[in-house]
Amino acid sequence: MDRAEKQALAWSIGILVLFMAAIVAAISGWGITVPDCITDVEPFEEGQLIQHDDLHYELQMVAHMWYFNPGQIELPVGATLDIYLTSADVVHGLHIDKTDINMMAIPGQISYLRVKFDEPGTYHFLCHEYCGIAHHTMAGSIVVKSPEEFQPEDMGADEALNGAAGETEEELGNES
Amino acid sequence: MKVDKSLKNLTLWLLFIPTVLLILGVLDGLLQVLFRAGWIQNTEALGIEYYQGLTLHGVINAIVFTTFFAVAFGNALIWYALKKPINLKVAWLSFWLMVIGVVFAAYAMLTGQASVLYTFYPPMKAHPLFYLGLALAVVGSWVAFWNWIPVYLQWRRENPGQKTPLAVVGIFATFIVWQIATIPVAVEVLFMLFPWSMGWTDSVNVMLARTLFWFFGHPLVYFWLLPAYVMYYTMLPKLTGGKLYSDWAGRLVFMLFIVFSIPVGTHHQYADPGIGSEWKFLHAVFTFAVALPSLITAFTIAASLEYAGRKNGATGTFGWMAKLPWFDTNRWLVPYLLVGLIIFIFGGISGIVNASYNLNLLVHNTSWIPGHFHLTVAGPVFLAFLGMSLYMVSKMTGKPVQLKGFATIVPYLWMIGLFTFSTGMMRGGLHGEPRRTNLGLTYLNPDSPFYRPEWEPYVIITAIGGILMFTAVTIYFITFFATFFSSAKEEAKLEFPLSEAYHEGPVKALANFKPWVTIAVVLIVLSYIPVIYDVLRSTTRSAPPYDPHNPAPLVQEEEEYYDEDFEEEEFEDEESAVIGEDEATNTEESATESSSDETQQTGAE
Repeated sequence: MDRAEKQALAWSIGILVLFMAAIVAAISGWGITVPDCITDVEPFEEGQLIQHDDLHYELQMVAHMWYFNPGQIELPVGATLDIYLTSADVVHGLHIDKTDINMMAIPGQISYLRVKFDEPGTYHFLCHEYCGIAHHTMAGSIVVKSPEEFQPEDMGADEALNGAAGETEEELGNES
Repeated sequence: MKVDKSLKNLTLWLLFIPTVLLILGVLDGLLQVLFRAGWIQNTEALGIEYYQGLTLHGVINAIVFTTFFAVAFGNALIWYALKKPINLKVAWLSFWLMVIGVVFAAYAMLTGQASVLYTFYPPMKAHPLFYLGLALAVVGSWVAFWNWIPVYLQWRRENPGQKTPLAVVGIFATFIVWQIATIPVAVEVLFMLFPWSMGWTDSVNVMLARTLFWFFGHPLVYFWLLPAYVMYYTMLPKLTGGKLYSDWAGRLVFMLFIVFSIPVGTHHQYADPGIGSEWKFLHAVFTFAVALPSLITAFTIAASLEYAGRKNGATGTFGWMAKLPWFDTNRWLVPYLLVGLIIFIFGGISGIVNASYNLNLLVHNTSWIPGHFHLTVAGPVFLAFLGMSLYMVSKMTGKPVQLKGFATIVPYLWMIGLFTFSTGMMRGGLHGEPRRTNLGLTYLNPDSPFYRPEWEPYVIITAIGGILMFTAVTIYFITFFATFFSSAKEEAKLEFPLSEAYHEGPVKALANFKPWVTIAVVLIVLSYIPVIYDVLRSTTRSAPPYDPHNPAPLVQEEEEYYDEDFEEEEFEDEESAVIGEDEATNTEESATESSSDETQQTGAE
């Protein structure tokens, strides 16, 4: 091994370690992480949006051939959304434009990620995993509105749903 | 050396069949970019449905073409480098297994009964012959590899203390990775998907099947890449008029690929549930480790080329680059390797982006991903395989390459097309453009409510690139078939341009595969046991099969969504489960036998 080879090897290892350090910084510094293994959430079959408090929402989303349930969502600016995603049939994916939300919907599994919407506007989302002949029609959107425009009753978060929210929270703690 | 007639025929068939199939494969590639740009606004073109064409494109180009080539290359190179014949009966057996496998899979795909893409994720179900065909093709490639092992062992007994030729080390590394990595996918296909597609089992664990697929899916890319590396290390230096800078580095690189190629699969599953993020992170670390041999290669090959350039009279720091035989039509094989190396710089960098754990969420399943992997598998791998196919046909038949000028420009035109294509795909991907999607019908259709005008420029750039790529490969086909069907003018030879080494270096630790394979197995076990454990403990239900044309399952699982009250009535449950099974069998049979129209009706009921 000559000098040039040793130098090249040292540079190569150095660059890779640096990249790895950047990833660790993004995890620990900014908390950007990937979906984890979830075993403590009760499987659900119906999609719903649950309001936990003013700016904290939980979305239970079910991907179907070839639509999302729910497919249209309204949120106030500043809302934090906990997304729980599953599939009723085949493998699907969810990508929400202009966010870090990129996850797979897999039958028999629940996927979780959290996102905060700081800017008003329309956030398109779509299925990005081939799920059959009409895969390209599987999309929806989240409309994030300023507090003046936002009307909570529009999104159908009625009392029954709020009741279910409390129950789900309990279950989250108890199930294992 | 003189070429054995049976080996010649075997090699020609092994190269001819995938090259003919490749015409269909690249035509499907061309159609994809036109569909995506919205220039074809339809569910099908030329009688091929979009997702059916995408399946054909992936299976033919990435699995059939590459596997046939690797076997042909290995058979001939082992024979030539060790100067020992392989057992041709076994080699022909491997050929027939692969051919029968391809015929089965082709039947399923061409009749539209296997539009499940080359990743065949369940619970989307393909025709059983699709799974059986792929399994046979893989087993055929195993048989080819097993056939080389006794030849190599005998060579070692006869040549004690001699270094194994680097080309043989490289081919063995390729197939050791392949042998280990195809076991999980064989388990997935033979024990999970095949019985399920036959209707013998009702449901599969989707997450487990996916995980087993990617257990295989990433090493698969090294199975593609390593034969190209064999050419870079053992042939390119000689072709350019130089020597391999470091023989030692080459051996180290191949051993490192054996060690780190496989425990990395969940980096394709960063966005999946069901796998602990700490294990995903571990796979990310190993993925960075497997980048190391490629960085060493970048240095070693560049140093070898610099040596060649200086021997040809180059001066200054960068003068050697100009002194390489870029456009020498008598050395037409050189650009297939050199241009591939240039492309691979960008393929490697974009691959590191994908491997970067949380950064992957920006690009996962967007068109960035095919943009990236066309810079690897359709870059260095594809060009090296095309070039070497033509080289082997020409040498073994004694037919000089026809239209050498055409042959020489193919890699350059391909590179221009590929860079254009990948620019469009990757830029679009960063703006959320999805992969594997018939964009022209909705997202790139101004009349659709889903219209996304911001993707227009990217799909147009992609389409232009795709058309250039198609043009380049068409020129290649003309050269290949013109050579193939010309008449012999030279002596038929079994010959490869194997290089000498400039630095030899210590090789004791690198002389034997065993310790490296052992480390590989240990790392695989350590990195995959927790992953499989997580997958099993987080799965709440398995899934019945689905036809891609129909949202209703092909098998109605009545026991799937029980009420808790219902479970108390055990007797009734058992009865209904039995009835469910009967219905399942019937539905399954009719689905298999009938056309897709009838299947839809069954599902609609």
